Amino acid sequence: MATIVRNNVGSTVREPPIDIQGLNHSFGSSEIRIQVLFDINLTMRRGELTVLLGASGSGKTTLLTLIGCLRRVEEGSVRLLGNELNGASENMLVQSRRSLGFIFQAHNLHESLTAMQNVRMGLEVHGRDATRNWEKSAEHLLTLVGLSDRLHYLPGSLSGGQKQRVAVARALVGNPDIVFADEPTAALDKVSGLQVVNMLKQLGKKRGTTTLMVTHDNRILDLADRIITLDEGRIIGDERPTY
Amino acid sequence: MTAFLTNLLGRLPIGWLQLVHNKARLAAAIAGVAFANILIFMQLGFQGALIESIRLPYIAMNADIIISGSDVNTMADGSPLPRQRMFEALSVPGVATATPFYLAKLDWKQSDGSERSLDIFGIDPSAKTFKLDEVNSSLDRITLLDRAMIDRETRNVSKVIFEDLNAGKPYIFETRGRTLTIIGTFAIGGGFSTDGYFIVSDQTFLKLFPQRSSGAPNHILVTLENGQNLDTMVKRLQARIPTYDALVQTVDQAVTRDQRFQTTQKPVGLIFGFGVAIGILVGIIIVYQVLSTDVADHLREYATFKAIGYPSRFFLGIVFEEAFVLALFGFIPGVFISIGLYAVVSNVTGLPITMPLSRPLLVLIGTFVMCGLSGAIATRRLANANPADLF
Repeated sequence: MATIVRNNVGSTVREPPIDIQGLNHSFGSSEIRIQVLFDINLTMRRGELTVLLGASGSGKTTLLTLIGCLRRVEEGSVRLLGNELNGASENMLVQSRRSLGFIFQAHNLHESLTAMQNVRMGLEVHGRDATRNWEKSAEHLLTLVGLSDRLHYLPGSLSGGQKQRVAVARALVGNPDIVFADEPTAALDKVSGLQVVNMLKQLGKKRGTTTLMVTHDNRILDLADRIITLDEGRIIGDERPTY
Repeated sequence: MTAFLTNLLGRLPIGWLQLVHNKARLAAAIAGVAFANILIFMQLGFQGALIESIRLPYIAMNADIIISGSDVNTMADGSPLPRQRMFEALSVPGVATATPFYLAKLDWKQSDGSERSLDIFGIDPSAKTFKLDEVNSSLDRITLLDRAMIDRETRNVSKVIFEDLNAGKPYIFETRGRTLTIIGTFAIGGGFSTDGYFIVSDQTFLKLFPQRSSGAPNHILVTLENGQNLDTMVKRLQARIPTYDALVQTVDQAVTRDQRFQTTQKPVGLIFGFGVAIGILVGIIIVYQVLSTDVADHLREYATFKAIGYPSRFFLGIVFEEAFVLALFGFIPGVFISIGLYAVVSNVTGLPITMPLSRPLLVLIGTFVMCGLSGAIATRRLANANPADLF
């Protein structure tokens, strides 16, 4: 499905948020070169929650980091929000990442910053904006993830689930076009895990945020719009469950 | 402080927050920077004392121009020059007075057996060789043979001696086979090469040092008639006096030459300069250790910020922010402790160690540069923060 997305120069283009054609990726060089992705072709729709499945070493993480502008695309085409990532400059990759949200398996919160300050870091990256109140936006997101009473707590004073919710708030506070999540519910209990995924799904519906998530949590599979399975660097399954 | 820095930087002061989060490390880092500052301040203090102590006897002299041996570097090390140069100087129009000045080292054995090494000045008691009122008012008394005046700032001399002298009781001691009677005091202050000074008449001087000749003083002190231009008079004297055995300098030039020689050629001056360099090096190492450990401890968080889209300059900003916070917070205790140590050292050694206003400013700037340099080295570790490793 074609959709209207913003690109890095601020214009809008009628293009899917993620469009991958003939993507190959290898690590190392010459004799020790190991190819980890083979001819990946994938187009993702706006607002979709896509789950990426696969055994350890199947290439999920590499694919995630390539689409997420955290690694350089060497062979094939990855168009992200209308921008070609193959051959993109470092500056363009950094700029592109500002349109994305990342939720890591480990929360990776800054231990010296309060929950509010950690979330605020997701906004400050966009620079000063007179129309945006950093504090209010951060507080709003933390309230949404149920942490309105923990705004000024340092990560060391929060439980594992609470930390992960702060990380989710940090990823979402900048209204990203795409969210990349790596096992986001691994550290959460059943209720919190479902809350987080439901929140991502709601964002997809309300704001058109596309989510690409790596998970082994079967509870989440039920909420996915699309499930892609990777095996030894190749897509071996691509289904849209009907519930 | 956090609010102030947030307004100042236009962003959360991550560096400051990181530093205050680990208070033990912050305290150690501040102590390290303060230590480096104290080291630098003390070396600069000693160097300043050396420079000032060199100047003190010169500015006590009643002279506009000094004529010395052509090989002179310091007040004490030049060869004596022919007294004939004094008469040649007096023949130059514009010269008011020219007087010989004799100088030697005198070891003074104290009643407790310890020895003091003083510079002894032999002067013509009929001339006003010094600007010191106490000396000028006692010239008739030191005209008598074996009479002397002593610098009351002389190091490690019993206070009783000066109390007795102040009460009008002379102090008698033996040296170089003669009995000297100290009849009064004046104030100049010792330095690194001498504990203090004696002033005697030229005749007493020549009795104490019979190998010396009245025809070969160490210096000739020249005063000018009112209204004479100093540079012009130096040129006139240089034209009149042969250069192969005499050097004509203004007092300021002589002071500068002496200070430059002692700070750059003599071991003591070099040691202080080296000490400053060591202080800076210690500071760089301490701050680098703190910053590089801090960067290493936060690599994962930095990688997360990189993933979010923060550019490299943001991380450089954090490291430099930490470096400058450490510089400022280390400097403040460093300067106050140094002022206290200056007072203690000055009291114990009698050296003129003071804190001119320009020195803290200079050291503060140096500390910022030192910490900035450490920060610049520590930023190399930032390259290890790879956001792709987060997944």
